[in-house]
Amino acid sequence: MICVNGIEISPPDDARVSLLDLLREHLHLTGTKKGCDQGACGACTVLLDGDRVLACLTLAAQAEGRDVRTIEGLSGESDDLHPLQRAFVEHDGLQCGYCTPGQICSAIAMAEELRRGDPSYVTHDLAAGPPVATRAEIRERMSGNLCRCGAHNGIVEAIEAMLAETAA
Amino acid sequence: MTPLTYIRASDRADALARVGTDGRFLGGGTNLVDLLRQNVEQASALVDISRLDGAIREIEGGGLLIDASVKNAALAAHPIVRSRYPVLARALLAGASAQIRNMATVGGNILQRTRCMYFYDADGARCNKRQPGAGCDALDGFNRYHAILGASDQCVATHPSDMCVALAMLDAVVHLSGPAGERQVPLMDFHVLPGDMPQIETVLKPGELITGIELPPPSDAIANSEYRKVRDRSSYAFALISVAGGLSLANGQVTQIRIALGGVAAKPWRASRAEHALLGRAPTPDAFLAAIREELVDAQPLSGNAFKIGLVERTTVAVLTALAGANA
Repeated sequence: MICVNGIEISPPDDARVSLLDLLREHLHLTGTKKGCDQGACGACTVLLDGDRVLACLTLAAQAEGRDVRTIEGLSGESDDLHPLQRAFVEHDGLQCGYCTPGQICSAIAMAEELRRGDPSYVTHDLAAGPPVATRAEIRERMSGNLCRCGAHNGIVEAIEAMLAETAA
Repeated sequence: MTPLTYIRASDRADALARVGTDGRFLGGGTNLVDLLRQNVEQASALVDISRLDGAIREIEGGGLLIDASVKNAALAAHPIVRSRYPVLARALLAGASAQIRNMATVGGNILQRTRCMYFYDADGARCNKRQPGAGCDALDGFNRYHAILGASDQCVATHPSDMCVALAMLDAVVHLSGPAGERQVPLMDFHVLPGDMPQIETVLKPGELITGIELPPPSDAIANSEYRKVRDRSSYAFALISVAGGLSLANGQVTQIRIALGGVAAKPWRASRAEHALLGRAPTPDAFLAAIREELVDAQPLSGNAFKIGLVERTTVAVLTALAGANA
């Protein structure tokens, strides 16, 4: 079984079905978007056991026995927006909104990577402690999520706001 | 994608026993799933090895043994890799995106195929690698990303991995297991140049599995190492060229030097000539430039990538000068 947003789902019979098509076409969870379907845009980013992955290049069968969380599952039982969803609204982190679910799932996992001290390509001293979440760090860490409307400045501001709120 | 069977291997022996003649091992799938979907590759079965043991452990003598199913992200974040093999951590972090690094395995990274767009265009382009004897549309086509060293009139594709450039520079060893038993191959001998058979990319035998990568004990030049990648945008793009360098000095002379180049050939390119030219020399930018020029004497640029020669020269000088620090 695959646990999608807390609900147990049977894996598809056809091994070719991607996790993305399972979510969108079989479960009708259309929040996760199909952009390029070849790992170039990040629109299909979901959380697999808490780590951000691309649902388009993950076969659904590979998610068996694991926990999948999508944009629909971020707020849990309540109808409240996740703090990062609120920040995206406040900081104009979107225009058309197509990349937004992927951006938000990606940034939530990115915050955890920062918290545990994972370095990035722009981290100056790889051996030092947890990197500081500068704008350069956030931009590098979010480079796997493209926004064709060019809302990247608002996206970075929204993420900065969430990180500040979490740290407070 | 043609219909296929999905098998999750319970251990290494199970994977080797079940892959069969038309099966493929599946790691993170970040390249293979795409290739299957584009009908560039076909497989009757996928044997998923991504959940096999993924350990990183120190070995006798001070080296490091990395299981093939370790994720790229986990390897880059490992404290020993970050502190003792900085060139490898930086190269891993230069590759792909955070999402892909969370999925992609070390073994899969080594086996990823070229990103030549003519290779990917199964319906519209000629490619000797995809269909031997068909011809090569890159020779007179869009070849900005293609090889300047070690290519042939059959194929000018480059190997896309950043990690492998660092592994080449480190003298890493690939551990293999197959029907005929276990063996070890230096990373530098693992990939092969295209020649008349560009469809053959490695020395991997049918049914053989990469089980791990062994790094040598860190030396002074490995401790003082760096990876620099030049691309068309500052992140999430394949390399135009890249340089992995490591340097140690004593009494104003180069005592250890390691240089490998990416984005220039069908395999990671160890710049042995340049290394030889620099041993025992003073670490000056002029000496670095003369040495890398010696390496590039045989470079044969295509219609769209002559800029790579100057780019390799400048990037190599910049990396080595930075590593030499105040001594340059």
